[in-house]
This record gives sequence, structure tokens and C-alpha cells, in this order.
Amino acid sequence: MLTYFTRRLLLAIPTLLFIGLVIFLLLDLAPGDPTAQLPLTIPPAVREQIRISLGLGEPLPIRFFKWMYQFFIVEPQVVIDSIFGTSFSAGDARVLSWQTRSPVMDIVWQRIPQTLWVVGTAYVVAIIIALPIGIYSAYRQYSIFDNVGTFITMIGFSVPPFFSGVLVIVIFSVNLGWFPSIYDTTLVVNDWDSFMQQLQQMILPVMVLALQITSQLSRFMRASMLDNLNQDYVRTARAKGLGEKSVVLVHVLRNSMIPVVTVIALGIPQIFGGAIITEQVFKVNGIGQLLITAIQANDVPLVQTLTFIFAILIVLFNLIADVLYGLLDPRIRYD
Amino acid sequence: MTDEKHPATENMAPIGAVPSGDGVLDTGPMPTNPPRSQWREVWGQFIRHKGAVAGGIVFLVILIGVFIGPYIWTIDPSYIDIRARNQGPSLAHPFGTDQLGRDMLARMMAGGQTSMLVGIVAMLIALFLGTLIGVVAGYYRKLDGVLMRMTDLFLALPLLPLLLVMVMLFRDSLSKAFGPETGIFILMVTAIGITSWMPTARIVRGDVLALKEREFVLAARSIGTRNGMLIGRHILPNVISPIVVSATLGIANAIITESSLSFLGLGFPPDFPTWGRLLFDGVDYMQQYPERVILPGLAISLTVLSVNYLGDGLRDALDPRIRGR
Repeated sequence: MLTYFTRRLLLAIPTLLFIGLVIFLLLDLAPGDPTAQLPLTIPPAVREQIRISLGLGEPLPIRFFKWMYQFFIVEPQVVIDSIFGTSFSAGDARVLSWQTRSPVMDIVWQRIPQTLWVVGTAYVVAIIIALPIGIYSAYRQYSIFDNVGTFITMIGFSVPPFFSGVLVIVIFSVNLGWFPSIYDTTLVVNDWDSFMQQLQQMILPVMVLALQITSQLSRFMRASMLDNLNQDYVRTARAKGLGEKSVVLVHVLRNSMIPVVTVIALGIPQIFGGAIITEQVFKVNGIGQLLITAIQANDVPLVQTLTFIFAILIVLFNLIADVLYGLLDPRIRYD
Repeated sequence: MTDEKHPATENMAPIGAVPSGDGVLDTGPMPTNPPRSQWREVWGQFIRHKGAVAGGIVFLVILIGVFIGPYIWTIDPSYIDIRARNQGPSLAHPFGTDQLGRDMLARMMAGGQTSMLVGIVAMLIALFLGTLIGVVAGYYRKLDGVLMRMTDLFLALPLLPLLLVMVMLFRDSLSKAFGPETGIFILMVTAIGITSWMPTARIVRGDVLALKEREFVLAARSIGTRNGMLIGRHILPNVISPIVVSATLGIANAIITESSLSFLGLGFPPDFPTWGRLLFDGVDYMQQYPERVILPGLAISLTVLSVNYLGDGLRDALDPRIRGR
């Protein structure tokens, strides 16, 4: 297990470097000049200096190397500095955004809490709802509950978030006026009233995201339960006189949870990507919204770094899912 | 392989009465049933999946409405009648008109054509790539490692951000080369196609790996069948079922991706309607005219829902372990 884990971890390094290269090249080969938006009165010599100050003066391999160096060496030092008050990173150049000329990672750190609050809550809510639905509809396969549940999950699966988001805004905030349609991130929660306000503005985005995640998870849970319910060991458990409750909730559930847990782990990075649209609909200024504004403003370093962070999350959670699978299921041996 | 599906869906209406008879044949305790071909068996299972049949009918109705509808409802979707702007549903304009007085029904049909075409063409590209890579990886052991590592790499890419980036970067140059509409269409279809072939490739590879060890492949090889022929005649027909299922899911996925991009303002140009674009344009008028958001959204959701149900039914029908249960 340990050797497998270290091998996968080592293999993740070239994978990430390659993905970084793909992202870098894709953005670099694109036509478009960052100084195109500046006034035409700027003389060519000054324009060239601006380009150099943006870090565009050097050849491509050096820029790629610098970006990787800054991302993997300088940024962790900055994090260590800010935690322990040391000064490892003093004087080192960081990845700078072209829009604001401030370090990219600082902007990302500012945006992460909003995303985590909304998306994280939605994920937890979805897991809490999805698992019982999946278990019960598998246990009573083809019952009314199962059919209705399957239909609702199918809808949740098919309705894209940009429609369900707009729909709940029309219903709950335009017609009924219950919840605000825009997520106010400047709200400071310090007493009961502001907490209620925060809760109210979180309900709509969380509802939209949770619907989507719930439908995927409960379909998985149902399928996994169904696979196990017909196994011989279930018949054995029933034959030796165990109650239905312990057969289903102990024997079957524990075995069915194995693939579901890995799916939950695999879904976490997708949530960051999928939340781009939901954040855009509800004007949550999280990471997804940051990416959209950066793309529209042609802010190459910010787009590169954000996309690369998404890639790291995906590789990391893939690894976690595989390791979890090996830990939970003794039948799987990696070595 | 879409040809494979079409006769089935076209037959749907006339054979509507058959399922009850089929059901009796299946459940009856008669061991001496006449032998039935595999595809009849599949069709019998498919027709019993009510959701799949309903999904198939709805999808067909939407397809017909979108592609044949403009011949019946002949108003030009780009005709501007500024005096008739912002009208609600009426006899002259069943879906109302938009802020420039363009007929919403005509625009919905035009938008549907683009969305459907993007969905179908992108699915075909993804399917072609996925099948090619899956078959090659499964069949030729030497290439397996390389191709599967590549698949893993693609799966590790953050797809929606990358799609956004690709659209942003290549929109202008492709619009210049092929004209704004064709250019964006090519860009959309290729971008969606090359970011969604991976699941198909994985499934196909797994199936090919198992098939390769079967006796009929050995027999074919022993009489001197060449690799190309072996793949075409013996391997491909046997992996058709996972390909059909991923085809339906691929359409759904491509339609959603296209409309998400349009919704984020990175899709087709504003005067060129797609369902996603119509929804995006409607959001500004959401408070006064909610139907302008709801209609395109409903169209997208209904299409995707019907395709998903179709895929569900096909998966059950093509899976021999479930069939006949």
C-alpha cells in the first residue's frame, strides 16, 4: 500500500508538470497582445518596456520555468511566512496578475472562503440527502418512492445549473420575495440578524448546487446498493436470522459505501469547476467568478494559475480516491 | 452507428401495440419459444422501459419540431418588428416576441437547430475519438500504456475552465477564417469533442480487452484474418452497445456544455440564437418577462432529460444480464 502510494505520488509530479505545460502553451500560443488595450499614443519603446515588465521579455522555456518555480517554490514560502512570521520569501518575485498587478495567490486566497462556504455547504447537504434516498430506493426497487425518486434525480441530473438557478430566482426572489437573488459577500456575520441574513442568501445557491450533486450521488448509491442486495452473503445473513435493519444498514450498506465514498472524493474538485456557473448566476465572488472575469480581461497569469490549481485538485483527489478504495476494500490489492 | 438507432426510433409509432404481446411471450412459461434475433430481444426489453420510450418520443418530437418546424412556421427569426416588441404570448406570436420584436417561436426553432447540431456533431467527434483510442489501446498491447496514460491526463484536465480558455483564445481567429457562425460552430464542436471522448475510450478499451481473449477472435486469427479486418468485423460489432449508450449521454453532455458556454457569454455571437444564448439574453428581462428565460431553459432541460432516459433504457436493453428480468 505504502509503495503504491509513493509510486502514485511520484507519478503525479510529471503528470502535473505536463498539465502545467499544456495550460501554459495553450495560453501562450493564443493570439492577442496584453498591451493592445493601452492608448495608441504610447511610443513603441515604452510599449516594449511594459511588455518586459509584464514578464513577456524572455523566451518561452524560461517563462514556463519561472512560472513553475514561482508556483511551487515561492508561493509555499509565502504561505509559511504568513503563518509563522518568517521571511523566506522576502525579495522573491511572485506570480503577478496583469489586471491588478498584485500577487495572484493573494487574490485566490481572498476568494476561497466564499466558494468554500457555498459549495462546501451544498456538498454536505447533498450527501446528507442523497444517501438515505439512494438506500431506500434500492431497498424498495420499482416502488412508488423509487420511481418518483429516480424521476427527480433524473431531472436534477438534466436541468443545467444556469437554468435551475435562474428558475429559483424567478420563483423565490422575484415572485415570492423570500430570499435575495444576489449573494452579498461583504456581509459580516457578528450577531443573530446577520447570521439569519447569511443563511437566507445562502439558501438559493446551495439549493441549486445540492440538487445537482444529490441526483448524481443518489443514483450511485442506489446502483451500488442494488449490486450488493442480490449477493449471496445477503441471503446468508437473512438465513441465519438477522433482522432486516442490520442486514441492510450494516451488511449491505457498508459494502455499498465503498464505491460511493470514492465517488464523493472524486466529485470534490469537480465542484470547484461546476460552481463556476452557479457562482455567476448568484454573483458569488468566489473562485469560479474570478476565473470568468480573468478570462474576459485576458489576464493570462491569473487564468493559468487558476486552471492549474483546478488540475492539482483533480489529480490530488484522484489519488485520494484510489487510496481510499484500497483502504476500504480489502479485496483490492495494489502491490 | 446513428444509422443503427434510427430505424428503431422510426418504428416506434407503428409498433406501439406490440409490447403487451411481447410481454406475454416473455413471461409465459413456454420453453419452446421460437428463436429470436438479438436485436428483437433488445427491442423487446427497450419497449418495456416506459421512461426510455417516453424519452425517445419526446426527443423525436423536439427534433422534428426544430428541424421541420421552420417550414411550417415561416417567420424569419431575425426579422425585427420594433413595433411588436416585448409582446406576451398571442396567436400571432405563440411564444411572444423579444425586445426587438423578433418572434420567439421562430428563434427557439433556429436556436434548437444549432444546439441540436452542436450536440450531435460534437458527440460524433467524441465517439469517433473515443472508439478509435479505446479499440487501439485495447487491441494493441504496445500502445495500451501510452494511450491510457493520455486518457488519464485528459481526465485530469479541468474541462470547463479549459473550454472557456479555448473559446476565448481561438474565437477571433476562427471567426476570421470561416465567418463568425461557421467558425464558432467548428470551434465549439471540436472543443467539446476533444474534451469528452475519455469515458467512451475507457469503456471500449475494457470491452475490447475482454473480447480479444475470446475463442471467436482466436478462430478468426487462426484462419489468417488481418488486424484491420478482425477489428472491423469481429471486435467493433461487439462493442456497439457501450458506444450507443455513450452516444446518447454524449449528446446530452454536449448540449449542456454548449449552452453553459453561451450562458457565460463565450458562445455563439449575439444575433445567432442557440438555446443557451436565448436564455442568457432573457436573464436581463427576467423580472418583467420570465417566460423568455423559462422557454429556452425548458427546451434544454427537456431535451437532455429525454436523451438521458433514452440512454438509461438503451443501457438496460443492451445489457444481457438485465434483459429478460
